[in-house]
Amino acid sequence: MLDADFFRRWMTATAASVAHEAERLTALDSPIGDADHGSNLHRGFTAVAAVLEKEAPDTPGAVLILAGRQLISTVGGASGPLYGTLLRRTGKALGDAAEVSEEQLTDALRAGVDAVMTLGGAAPGDKTMIDSLVPAVDALAESFTAARAAADEGALATTPLQARKGRASYLGERSIGHQDPGATSAALLIAALATAAEAPEATDV
Amino acid sequence: MRMLINVAETVVADALRGMAVAHPELTVDVENRVVVRRDAPVAGKVGLVSGGGSGHEPLHGGFVGPGMLSAACPGEVFTSPVPDQMVRAAAAVDSGAGVLFIVKNYTGDVLNFDMAAELAEDEGIRIAKVLVNDDVAVTDSLYTAGRRGTGATLFVEKIAGAAAEEGQPLERVEALARQVNENSRSFGVALSACSTPAKGSPTFDLPAGELELGVGIHGEPGRERRAMMTSREIADFSVNAVLDDMSPRNPVLLLVNGMGATPLLELYGFNAEVQRVLTERGVAVARTLVGNYVTSLDMAGASVTLCQVDEELLRLYDAPVRTPGLRWGA
Repeated sequence: MLDADFFRRWMTATAASVAHEAERLTALDSPIGDADHGSNLHRGFTAVAAVLEKEAPDTPGAVLILAGRQLISTVGGASGPLYGTLLRRTGKALGDAAEVSEEQLTDALRAGVDAVMTLGGAAPGDKTMIDSLVPAVDALAESFTAARAAADEGALATTPLQARKGRASYLGERSIGHQDPGATSAALLIAALATAAEAPEATDV
Repeated sequence: MRMLINVAETVVADALRGMAVAHPELTVDVENRVVVRRDAPVAGKVGLVSGGGSGHEPLHGGFVGPGMLSAACPGEVFTSPVPDQMVRAAAAVDSGAGVLFIVKNYTGDVLNFDMAAELAEDEGIRIAKVLVNDDVAVTDSLYTAGRRGTGATLFVEKIAGAAAEEGQPLERVEALARQVNENSRSFGVALSACSTPAKGSPTFDLPAGELELGVGIHGEPGRERRAMMTSREIADFSVNAVLDDMSPRNPVLLLVNGMGATPLLELYGFNAEVQRVLTERGVAVARTLVGNYVTSLDMAGASVTLCQVDEELLRLYDAPVRTPGLRWGA
């Protein structure tokens, strides 16, 4: 079973990973966006880590709702509402249980991803974060490790696609040949989930 | 890339601190990033709130004042503001007559203003929204995020601002804003990429001797790249792109807008060519505005915006305005 501490570790691991990869995310955002995806998410997840340090919600759902609200209040752009909604809606779906099973997490994350699709209007294949999140949720039924691999594969698979949502869509065919920064950062979020599960101590950096 | 900044993280806050001392007629809340006209809320007047990423100055903070915006929310550079800023701005300017959100069509701006509208309505503030999407370089279809909002934002904010100043009700101010947007089209070209403080180098690679046609205002490349053209050729291309998408029957407002790094010497020369094409195409220009109004940091280049007006819209455009970035008749 997964407790509030597991979810706090997930968020902390995401913050560490986003900090480490911020420059790469910004570099990916440069040819097809406006070169700030890394710095924006870094600002948001740093705020998430800080608020979770200060307040320690005692249920998994409350941890994710607090994290999501913090992202909406600090990130801006499209990433703020989309990542904020992903975490808030996943958290809401978990309810107020003190511990949740991996199956419950899978179902809740699917609800979160559905909410992101509704909000952003994106579907798989549009070259967005959805392209790594949807396969990740499907693979989560198997294991955290499988979810990580599926998310990474999904992010890589955005390269040949033409963007149909977000700022990259303005480039039309010129968006082809670039890996999507949003799908890449979403893969970091999923990888951090696996990190939190596999090496609980190592994430407290 | 050399920039006149301290560090990238404080660029927006530093600019707001400087704006506050330059313009005592505005209330600049540096911490919460909201710029409000000092006399807000004005009794009986609809509040006009806009906002978007920083880096487009004077848009939007520079358009706050009597006759135009009531408040603006500057986000991080090229990143939309967060809902907290917009709710705070709405609360600061609402006199009970309601608030109009003027939103440029970018995914981030749309999502954050949507969330803010919901939160503000929870607080009992009546909110209307208008989406600006005038850029003809983007295919407006189910398969894109839709047309970007660019130069027409100035016309929407000016004309709706004048209507609000007259005390017109929210529904009417909203309808006018919508009408101005529907009557407006823009097209932009870049002669250089811009450099964001966060990246510190040009956002895309544009070799000497080439230009980007159909750019927006966020340093993203445009719809195609070509060998450098003369001012005359660029004017032909831009105006024709706009007129392919609209057939103005009435006279138009013309905005010849600089992207931030193109000198007025070049912009006025470009304006001469733009007016020549318009004359050739039989379009009468009622008013012309030339300058850097909707910019993209240090990008070189220009955009052309046309807005078809009737007598009422022209009267509201001519009405007095007193803001840091636009000022006449008052």
